[in-house]
Amino acid sequence: MSPVHVTAEVLASKRIGAFQHVTLVAPGVGERFRPGAFVAVSVGTGGYHLARRAFWIHQVRPLGGYAATVTLVVEPRGQGTRWLASRQRGDRVEVTGPLGGRPFALPKEPVPTLLVGEGYAAAPLFALAERLRERDCPVNLVLGAPDEAHLLSALEARRTARAVTIVTGDGSVGARGSVAEVLPEALRRSGAAVVYAAGPAVTLHGAAAAAEEHGAWSQVALEQRTTCGTGLCLGCPVPVVGEDGVARTARACTDGPVVRGDRVRWDDLARGASA
Amino acid sequence: MSVRVAGLTLASPVLVASGCGGTGRELSAYAPLSTYGAFTTRSISRDARPGSDGPTLAETPAGLVHATGLPNPGLDVFLATELPWLLTEGARVVVSIVARDLGEYGEVARRLATAPGVSAVEVNLAVPDATELGVLAAREPFHVGAAVSTVLRELPRGVPVLAKLRPDPVRVAETVKVAADAGAGAVVLGGALPAALPDGRPAGLSGPAVSPLALRCVADARAALDAAGAECDVIACGGIGTAEDARTALRLGAVAVQVGSALFHDPTTAARLAAALDPDEGA
Repeated sequence: MSPVHVTAEVLASKRIGAFQHVTLVAPGVGERFRPGAFVAVSVGTGGYHLARRAFWIHQVRPLGGYAATVTLVVEPRGQGTRWLASRQRGDRVEVTGPLGGRPFALPKEPVPTLLVGEGYAAAPLFALAERLRERDCPVNLVLGAPDEAHLLSALEARRTARAVTIVTGDGSVGARGSVAEVLPEALRRSGAAVVYAAGPAVTLHGAAAAAEEHGAWSQVALEQRTTCGTGLCLGCPVPVVGEDGVARTARACTDGPVVRGDRVRWDDLARGASA
Repeated sequence: MSVRVAGLTLASPVLVASGCGGTGRELSAYAPLSTYGAFTTRSISRDARPGSDGPTLAETPAGLVHATGLPNPGLDVFLATELPWLLTEGARVVVSIVARDLGEYGEVARRLATAPGVSAVEVNLAVPDATELGVLAAREPFHVGAAVSTVLRELPRGVPVLAKLRPDPVRVAETVKVAADAGAGAVVLGGALPAALPDGRPAGLSGPAVSPLALRCVADARAALDAAGAECDVIACGGIGTAEDARTALRLGAVAVQVGSALFHDPTTAARLAAALDPDEGA
């Protein structure tokens, strides 16, 4: 999955709920994509934003005569995300991707799986669901968000998944509550052998812990604020435990972004993030 | 366009700065490592350093503040795995080193002296949070001189020492003269400036924000070295992101430039600069 650095063109930009779905023509990026990969985007003009912004690749599909357009889900929160969300059709954006040394690992056997996503960060799970289905792995999905506007593509999810559990903080759609509350039941019902999680660190930790309790493997897609996304800057450390049991620091971008949940030193991760 | 730098003949005046090219593997996705005059490794220490646990880079207007804690696998692992790989990729390798004290600098240099394929050794005397990291803090020019001569003493002839210095225009003239007296083949101006992360933790500032200071240091260093009759080159580093930046630095007396944080923004920057500065390119 060797990345390329290209000037992409915005093909479409659509507001869905709280998120802006930005579709790019980025030659070479979509063609190399695997679920769990991301792109690094240069934001702003004049080079004042030296750090790049990382976005999960949500969808790769043929559109408008292009074989493999790339769609990102942007929640406009800071300067960078607002800039990208406000790009218009035809605007140019510098993009590097697909990035990530380790995307989601797919099971070799057709085992049941549980996909857990929260907010915009659930973006990489939909392409994963399709790949899993191609391998005859039953897909169960838990999608969470604070409210309906921040819930990603629930309709689309129902097409690929065998069972979908929706949970929102305000109960505007699905059950009221949190992902953590519905996880044990979803795990029990699905009989999942692998849990794939994408969301804030606290959700990932919860998914990893629940999986371990049920004797399932977990694969978590880490969202670390990144400076380069390409493995150059050493600025996205993830405290992990290696195969040999020795504590190490991995890079979220090149050693991840998907890592085994039981390999992360979650307490150290939380401490680092709050430092 | 080949250039002479500290007695070496390099294929391009555009080098990759320490700590900004990953292990080399990540950068090699965008251009062969032989594209660059040299690949400078992240600073290698005798023992492995895990680096900081939390996010340690922050964007500031025109710059980056960083406190990565110098993560590296230690000298043994570097020599056994990373260095051979870099050489098979055709890179000219400058090994950046960092140590706790002069004794450890000597030890690291002794080990590097017998490693094949080391083109030069860059001594990182510009660690902006040296005290916090427990590495030698080069506060005074004599610290620089002592570290340079300690490392140089252990290296075979033909392997020059590059001294990476803080781009401090106030003390640059006296510091580069001491480095040259100690035998440095080149001074690199400069490293990060001491700064703080938004939460106040000690860190370094790099990027376009430091380039005016670095440029002043390049010019003043060249003048001071010339006045002293010292045979020591100047390599410019700090905020170089365009061919124009590179040409300005070369005009002010640098023989080569190192591209650093610009690679985080666009990993093809150094390769593009190397092409732009090559007179054969586009001819």
